[in-house]
Amino acid sequence: MLRTTTFLSASLLTATLVAAPFGLGVAVAAKPPAGELVVFEAASLKEAFATLAARFEQDHAGTHVVTNTAGSHELRAQLEHGAVADVFASADQRHMNALATEGLVVGPALFACNEPVVVVRSGLAASLKTFVDLPRAERIVVGAPEVPIGAYTVQIWQKVAAKVGADFAARLQAKVVSHELNVRQVLAKVVLGEADAGIVYRSDAISAKGKVALVEIPQELNVTAAYPIAVLKAAPSPDLARAFIDLVHSPAGATVLREAGFVPCPGR
Amino acid sequence: MSAAPPAARRRAFLAIAWPGAIGLLSGLLLLLAALPIAGLLFSAPPRQLLAGLSDPLVLPALRLTVFTTTVSLLVILACGTPLAWVIARRTIQVGQVGRVGQASRTWRVLETLVELPVVLPPAVAGVALLLAFGRRGLLGPGLAAAGIGLPFTRAAVVVAQTFVAAPFYLQAAIAAFRRLDPDLILVARTLGASPPRLLFTVAIPISWPSLAGGAAMSWARALGEFGATLMFAGNMSGRTQTLPLAIYTALASDLRTAQSLSILLVAVAFALLVAIRAGARR
Repeated sequence: MLRTTTFLSASLLTATLVAAPFGLGVAVAAKPPAGELVVFEAASLKEAFATLAARFEQDHAGTHVVTNTAGSHELRAQLEHGAVADVFASADQRHMNALATEGLVVGPALFACNEPVVVVRSGLAASLKTFVDLPRAERIVVGAPEVPIGAYTVQIWQKVAAKVGADFAARLQAKVVSHELNVRQVLAKVVLGEADAGIVYRSDAISAKGKVALVEIPQELNVTAAYPIAVLKAAPSPDLARAFIDLVHSPAGATVLREAGFVPCPGR
Repeated sequence: MSAAPPAARRRAFLAIAWPGAIGLLSGLLLLLAALPIAGLLFSAPPRQLLAGLSDPLVLPALRLTVFTTTVSLLVILACGTPLAWVIARRTIQVGQVGRVGQASRTWRVLETLVELPVVLPPAVAGVALLLAFGRRGLLGPGLAAAGIGLPFTRAAVVVAQTFVAAPFYLQAAIAAFRRLDPDLILVARTLGASPPRLLFTVAIPISWPSLAGGAAMSWARALGEFGATLMFAGNMSGRTQTLPLAIYTALASDLRTAQSLSILLVAVAFALLVAIRAGARR
């Protein structure tokens, strides 16, 4: 018994000693090389930011843009746990504000807005043309309230209950069969035809053009998703980061975003 | 030093280097196994973790997980035992050692097929299940005609768990049935034991520890099932949201709840492993 304990503690100790400098090596390696711009972007920005990144690389010879696309909350968690990045673009202000409060980002600013819309599986498009037809869907899929698109959906249900009728809202909610964990999973279920309808951003609906039909949510029932962008305080390339954000705010950037389905924020 | 013969020097070097190398290499893996668990347990005060367990996600997820994994395990035992028995019997023919017939080869292929889900990535399993049982899947039109819609239901959770977990029981059961002494089976048959009697009063009682171990591994796999469930059954609290899905959902808003739920799962898995090892030693 004593021998086993001695062996275990000895091996753990040696392993720690050997692993420690190894760990330093990993930390050094994780720092991106010069000329590299690391952009953490919300899932719904994928296509628009791919176009912008390509343009940025053209304009700044020798730079290379690396993107990390995930749900805003996942990106926030990664940044809070020490991930190295230059730019963070979030699909809602809650996660950006949290990082600003923690002092991890500098001067977040809104750069685009997005609207929730209903997507309908292609086979059902003929009978489900407007929002009031939505109860014709048998299975509706929405985002979980914990993720931005789900939080917006909850606000939409509340407006529907207040302005159309509580029983209409209840009828719709009774058809919800799944709370997906990011907006692309909602879209995927409708594209696959497993769900009849889902609530996603306009930009997602446009990325799946031809595979799903788009139904507008009436203005008085809808909400606006505001997208903030910011430079990380610990950004290895702050100058490149600011240049990239300038491109996003520029008229050329606005055109790319508009083509991807984003809209200018109200009051701008 | 120079007086010592090379062989003795080599022995002296090995006496130090060998235990050192073993200790170092095994220590690295031990660290990797221990540190994440320590992180789960000790990175937050226990009071916060207990508070995390009061989240409204927790109780429905726990109840659903216990229910669906139990049903999955029963299905696996009920269908897996006969399947393992027939595969084991067909791939080892008593008295025909060395003569591998065509039939035996077919059963070997079947054996590989039923064990395939072990190596499938979970998301692939989810897509595959949708393409088989979904609306646009192979059986979709037939199921729809019968008024059955499998995706997004509790039954879909059970199907996903059974699909990914069954191979673990099958592997253990096939191996156990193969290890049975051929003479024993021959004697039982000559003494007039019918085929069902052979299975229930000879094969299963003798193989019991291995079968229980396989069942426990299977149950643990069903308990942890995530990707296929998310794809195939969706994520709906109280209906299809099992513990692993609840952990991922909670992660989007509250790390502590996710951590509490993870500890709950780790505790269950640990208890299972201890039970398996205790069972295997007997």
